[in-house]
Amino acid sequence: MKKMFLPAFLALFVSLISQPAAATLRIFACEPEWGALAKEIGGDQVSVYTATQAGQDPHHVQARPSMIARMRRADMVIATGAQLEIGWLPVLIRQAANARVQRGQPGYLAASDYVQKLGVPARVDRAMGDVHAAGNPHIQTDPRNIARVAAVLAKRLGQIDPAHAAFYQSRYQEFSRRWQDAIARWEKEAAPLKGTRIVVYHKGWNYLNRWLGLIQVGALEPVPGVPPSTSHLAQLLSKVKQQQVAMVIYAAYQNPRPSEWLAQRAGIPAVKLPFSVGGTDSAGDLFALYDDTIHRLLKAVGKSAGSPDREE
Amino acid sequence: MMSFRSTLARAALLLCAGSGFPLLLSAESSDSPDEERHHIQEELKRMQQRLLEMEQRLSEQQAVAATPAAPAGSASPNVFNPQISVILGGKYQHFSRSPGHFAVPGFLLGEAAGLDERGLALGESELNFSANVDNLFYGSLTVSLSPEGGAEVEEAYFQSLHMPFGLTLKAGRFFSGIGYLNQFHTHHDDFVDRPLPYRAFLDSQYGDEGVQIRWLAPTDTFLEFGAEVMRGDAFPSAGSAHQGAGAWDLSAHTGGDVGFSNSWKAGISWLHSTARQRDAFDGQGEPVGSYSGESQLWLADFVWKWAPNGNPVNRNFRFQSELFYRTEKGVLAGTAPAASYDGRHWGWYAEGVYRFHPRWKVGFRYSELRADNSGPAVVSGAILDDQGHIPRRASLVLGFSNSEFSRIRIQLAQDDSRRKRDYQFSMQYLMLLGAHGAHQF
Repeated sequence: MKKMFLPAFLALFVSLISQPAAATLRIFACEPEWGALAKEIGGDQVSVYTATQAGQDPHHVQARPSMIARMRRADMVIATGAQLEIGWLPVLIRQAANARVQRGQPGYLAASDYVQKLGVPARVDRAMGDVHAAGNPHIQTDPRNIARVAAVLAKRLGQIDPAHAAFYQSRYQEFSRRWQDAIARWEKEAAPLKGTRIVVYHKGWNYLNRWLGLIQVGALEPVPGVPPSTSHLAQLLSKVKQQQVAMVIYAAYQNPRPSEWLAQRAGIPAVKLPFSVGGTDSAGDLFALYDDTIHRLLKAVGKSAGSPDREE
Repeated sequence: MMSFRSTLARAALLLCAGSGFPLLLSAESSDSPDEERHHIQEELKRMQQRLLEMEQRLSEQQAVAATPAAPAGSASPNVFNPQISVILGGKYQHFSRSPGHFAVPGFLLGEAAGLDERGLALGESELNFSANVDNLFYGSLTVSLSPEGGAEVEEAYFQSLHMPFGLTLKAGRFFSGIGYLNQFHTHHDDFVDRPLPYRAFLDSQYGDEGVQIRWLAPTDTFLEFGAEVMRGDAFPSAGSAHQGAGAWDLSAHTGGDVGFSNSWKAGISWLHSTARQRDAFDGQGEPVGSYSGESQLWLADFVWKWAPNGNPVNRNFRFQSELFYRTEKGVLAGTAPAASYDGRHWGWYAEGVYRFHPRWKVGFRYSELRADNSGPAVVSGAILDDQGHIPRRASLVLGFSNSEFSRIRIQLAQDDSRRKRDYQFSMQYLMLLGAHGAHQF
């Protein structure tokens, strides 16, 4: 019995520590939009673990033990970068001790490195709140950024898994075609939104604003990362009334109450936007994310094909 | 905002000046007043459109304007400077009994186990530098500056970033990975002080010079094993026995999630240490005896965190508990002639901290200790006599943080560590300057 035990234990140990013949690439996606993109490009050649969900504030995520375990075996990490995950990703990468996903490896992809960032502060001071020195990291609010990241992702997947490089490229080509068509459609649909004045909860919509031509008049957070105070809200309310603001926008993960408070007093709609894949029931994939975002915005200005009811 | 408005006004003026000319021309050439009005209306509409476009372009420019052509400072050698963070701390404390008489009957305490002074006092200021050394190593230095002057190296270690088979190596001076709370710096805590068992069993925090190796199992469930060899200079060891390898420990931790809202971590640890003339201190910081012998500590830890949908910002709850069991077998010398002693000690604490508002949290902690000592060194009324007393302590804390970098708290404690009850009131501030510290779970 004893003689049987040792080889059996050794076999178990070896099977534990050696990677099984890589059937699929393990992708660790920090946010749902990158998880969804990895599925679009990787198809059935990748298995995707998404560390957070759209209901979570990506600035404040706890480095859970389960994430360390997933990071340990990941072949690739897709993060937003630009210091969005600075409070949790570095400690995960350090604890997981995985050579494949270290910074500088093809298995570490920071999406925001490949787009032109908005809102890079000329000066950084914590009195300005939780500012991102590298620029606004919420790049996923503009689908043209997704297109740029998709190209990089396809290349990286091919680098890590050369046997399927052609597969990833063809999937990317196919995705890219559908995506460009969708962008054209969205731009046409969203044309009436151009010049709409908005107030946001957190300065997380710079890229969306630029894409659709929305004009951001103010933010509920007095400085990024600091919850809205009553005095600041009162100030903002008078500004909203003066400047003909059409709506208040907040992300699915944010507390709706301050936005609703302001919207109610100003007599304008408060619009909850999905912000990421899964943020609302209808934003089930990348395409639906923008479909739903534009639908909700149009509805708020009363220009959708459907009822011009107020949102939420 | 002012500059934005004035630019806007200037843009509008320019627009008027630019379009005013054709406006006049059209007015001259038109004949009927109706047609004229129509023309003017058309012009107005066009102007509005252009104003809107300019406004939009301006708001875009505002966003882009601040984007420097190249990332600022990328050419300067400073980009390779380590992350620097400073922690400022201070407190006010009031005790109903003199902190100088602090003792835990039946326990030989280390130097840092006692209470601080009464009144207003500066806490330790902490200075941390950390960075990746190269593609293989990470280094961190934490210096604590005491209010009296003088600096102490709290931690100074390097750690491997990746090694084969999921191994991690750490060496230098560091806080041991045993238990749950031990490896965290005190500024991470939600209470003003460490739990009573931590103060009695580990002199508040166990850190020493040594080598640590950890192995993370390649499973979807978190499973980590760690082993350390330490110099043996820090409580509960002393005197760097075994030629400077006087303590070693093993630990295992596991953890997982229950949905997106709950996660947990649990572990067990064993610390074996040898003490050579380990001083035992009274409440005034005076040595009252010296212990030589073995000390074995078993630790079980558990933490459960709840955050609705994984969002800890508005509301979250943490439950944390650790159990301690220790045996000591050796000789106590000092005030009386040296005599042998055999001790068994238990301790536990449990705490719950609830954040009920983005800025506010409230917490409760209960700690309890028990000692069972025997041998000639146990003299009635002396240090090893537990006096039939069960040391315990309960604290209630209310914390305020304006942002994650500033924390202010008030704590009330009912301290029955010694036989006479002590009511303790504390106010504390902690200010974090500099780099974002990423925290472990």
